[in-house]
Amino acid sequence: MSKKTPGVLTAVRKGRGGVKVTHHKNTAEMAIERMPVPQKVVLPMQQHIGVPCTPIVKVGDTVAVGQKIGDSDKFISAPIHASISGTVTAVGDVKLANGIITKGVTIESDGEMRLYEGIKPPVVTNKAELCAAVRESGLVGLGGAGFPAHVKLNIPDDKDIDTLIINAAECEPYITVDYRECIENAENILKGVEILKDILGFKQVIIAIEDNKPKVFEIMKEIADRDNDKDDAIKLMTLRSRYPQGAEKMMVLSATGRKVPPGKLPSDIGCVVMNVTSTAFIARYIETGKPLVSRSITVDGGAIAEPKNIRVPIGTNIQDIIDFCGGFKSEPRKLIFGGPMMGLAICGTDAPICKQNNAILAFDESKDLVKKERACIRCGRCVDVCPMSLTPTLIERYSRTKDAEKLKAINVTTCMECGSCAFACPSGRPLVQYIRLAKQVLREESGK
Amino acid sequence: MAKRLTVSASPHMRSADTTTGIMLDVIIALVPALVMSAVYFGSRALVLTAVTVASCVLSEFVCRKVMKRDNTLGDLSAIVTGIILAFNLPATLPLWMAAIGGIIAIVVVKQMFGGIGQNFVNPAMTARIILMVSFPTAMAKWIVTGQNAWSVDAVTSATPMAQLASAKGGDLSLVEDLPSIAEMLLGKHGGSMGEVCSIALICGGFYLLLRKVISPVIPFFFIGTVAVFMFFAGGGNIEFVIYQLLGGGLMLGAFFMATDYATSPITKKGKIIFAIGCGLITSVIRIFGSLPEGVSFSIILMNILVPHIENFTLSKPFGFVKEKKAKKEVKA
Repeated sequence: MSKKTPGVLTAVRKGRGGVKVTHHKNTAEMAIERMPVPQKVVLPMQQHIGVPCTPIVKVGDTVAVGQKIGDSDKFISAPIHASISGTVTAVGDVKLANGIITKGVTIESDGEMRLYEGIKPPVVTNKAELCAAVRESGLVGLGGAGFPAHVKLNIPDDKDIDTLIINAAECEPYITVDYRECIENAENILKGVEILKDILGFKQVIIAIEDNKPKVFEIMKEIADRDNDKDDAIKLMTLRSRYPQGAEKMMVLSATGRKVPPGKLPSDIGCVVMNVTSTAFIARYIETGKPLVSRSITVDGGAIAEPKNIRVPIGTNIQDIIDFCGGFKSEPRKLIFGGPMMGLAICGTDAPICKQNNAILAFDESKDLVKKERACIRCGRCVDVCPMSLTPTLIERYSRTKDAEKLKAINVTTCMECGSCAFACPSGRPLVQYIRLAKQVLREESGK
Repeated sequence: MAKRLTVSASPHMRSADTTTGIMLDVIIALVPALVMSAVYFGSRALVLTAVTVASCVLSEFVCRKVMKRDNTLGDLSAIVTGIILAFNLPATLPLWMAAIGGIIAIVVVKQMFGGIGQNFVNPAMTARIILMVSFPTAMAKWIVTGQNAWSVDAVTSATPMAQLASAKGGDLSLVEDLPSIAEMLLGKHGGSMGEVCSIALICGGFYLLLRKVISPVIPFFFIGTVAVFMFFAGGGNIEFVIYQLLGGGLMLGAFFMATDYATSPITKKGKIIFAIGCGLITSVIRIFGSLPEGVSFSIILMNILVPHIENFTLSKPFGFVKEKKAKKEVKA
C-alpha cells in the first residue's frame, strides 16, 4: 500500500479458503456486439435490491430511449427508463425469470431508437449532486448484485473513507463482460475513477484485477500512466485468480488487508467497492446524460450455438437474445442468469433481461454437472474452502432441524452464498440450498 | 423450447471430488501395505482381507436392505473398512472370527448409528478391540514373518512393542532379539497383518496427502507427539524413538485411522487437539500401561471426544475481531 512508485501492486493479503474453478472464459476475445433492436421490451419495476418503482406511464403513451417510466420516492430504489422508443402496450404484472411477479411496462418498438429530448448531461460538482445524478441514471451494481449505486456512494459524512476499490476481478467462470469493458472502455473507466476520486475525496484508488487477465493490465496501465494522476493515487493491483476473489469482502481484504466485520459494510472500514462497468457507466452518464438503458451480457454455455458478448436494451426477452446467438445447438437442461457459481437457474426463456444480469448461460446435459447426492462424510472440505470461516456442514444439520438458536450461534447470516462449499463437497450436498433455508428459518424466527 | 429445465440452487458447477473417488484413493493407498503383508504372511493375508471385505460389504448390503434404506455400496467405504480391519488382525486369525469382526464394524458401529459419516467411533478399530477382548489368544498370535500363515505350527514371536516394554528408560541393550531399524521399516517383525511394513504405509500416507484426501495435520501431530514423548521417556535415546514410531500400529493408525473423516474433528484446531490427544494416550499406554500397544485405544478414546473438541474449536466468522479491535483502539 505504501509503495510510491507507479506500477502494479500485488494483493496485500490472501483470503482464506475459496476454490479453484475452471475459468471457461471462452468469450474473452469476442468484442461486444450490439444486438438489433428487439420488437418489444418488458421493463420490470423491480430491477434492484430495494423498493420497487411505480410506473409513471400508461398504455398508449409514446416513449423515447432514456425517458423515465418508473420511479419511487423511497431512498433505496433506482428509477427505470425506457430502453427503446415506441408505444407502451401494457402496464401490469409481469413474471421475472426468478418466478417473482412484479409490475412491468411493455414497450412495442417503433424501430427508431429515438433518444428522449429531455436528456442532458448532469452538472456534478459535489457529493450531493453526484448521488442525485447517479440516482437519476438508474444505475445499480452491474456486477450482479443490483444494489442501487447512489445508495452506496452516499456515504454518511461521519464515516472516514479513504479507499476506492474498482472491482474487475470477475471471478465467476464464463462471464467476460467486465473483461471486455476493461479492454474496450478503459478510458471511461479511468474517467469514472477520477470523477469518484475527486468528488468523494478518496486518498487512493485500487483497480483490482485477477492475475489471469494480463491483457487488461497492459491497456489499463498505459492509460493510467499517461493520465494526469499527479499524486499517483490510482493503482492497479493483481489478485490471485481464486473464486470468490470478486466478492466484496474478499476484495477489500486482498486490496487493503482490512476485514469487514459480520453485518457491516466496507464503508465501515473506510472502503467503497465499485464494479468496473458501473464506474465506466458513471463517466459516460456524466458526459452524455443517457441513463442506464442497455447493458452488456455474456451468452455462453454448451447449449448455445454461437457464444457472444452482446449489448442489449434492458428488458429484451431472453429468447430474442438466444435467437440472436444462433439459438440452441443442443437441448438445454439448465438455463442460468449470471455465473455458474452464484447465478440463478431459471425456468424458461420468456423473461426479460434486467439491469443486474451479466450473463445467460445454457448448459446441455453433458455440461450440467450434478453430482450424485450422498450422505455427508464429514470430510471438512466445506469448512476448508469457506471464505467466511463458517461450518457449512453444521449449517446443513441445524437447517434440517430448524434450530434457530444454533443457527444464530454459528453465524449463518455471515454467509454470502458464494457456493464454494457446495462446489467442493464430494458428496454433492446442496449446501447453499440448506443455507438459504437456514436464513429463512432465522427470518421466520425474528418475525415471530 | 426445452421441456425439462433443471431449476436448482447455485452453484451449478461442481468439483471433480466424489465420495467414491476419495474411498478409491484410500484403497489405492492401502495396496502397497497389502502387497507387503502377502509377501510376509503368504496367501493367507489376501484370503483374510477378502473375508473381511466380503463380510463388510455383505453386512452393509443386508443392513441397508433390512433398514429399508438406499444401497450405499457404491461409495466403497465398506471395502475400505474391510481392508483396514484385516490390517489390524494377526495373519493367523481364524477366518470366521475375521468375518465376525466385519459384521461388528459395519452393523453395530456404522449402520446402527446412521451409516457413513455418522458413526462416532472408527468401525475397524472398534471391531478389532471387540475381537481382542473376545478372542484374546487368537488375537495375540504373532507369527514370525516369512512363514506360511496357513500352517498350524508356524513359529510365533513377540512383537517389537512387547519387546520394547522391557527396554526400561529407553535402554535398548536390555532387549533381546530386537529387529534392526531396516527390518522395522520393511516389516520383518511380528505384528498385525497390515501394520508391519511401515515404509509401505508411509508411502500410502503420502499418496493420500498428495491427493489431498487427508490433511497432514493429524499424522504430523499424532506421530510428533509420540516422538516427543518417547524422546523424554527414553532419556533422549533417538534409536528408541525410532523403534517406537515404526513399531506397532502407529503408522497405520496415524495415516489411515485417526484421519477417518467421520471420527475426527472437521476444524483444523480440533484436528491438532485430537492428534495430540491420540499421541499422548498411545504413549502413556505404551510406557505405563500393561498393554504393549495403545494406538487403537487412543484413537477410540479421542473419537468419543470429537463432538466436544469440535464445539470448542468452531472458527469465528470472517472479520469477527471484537476483542482485538478494542485493544487496537486503545493503542491508537
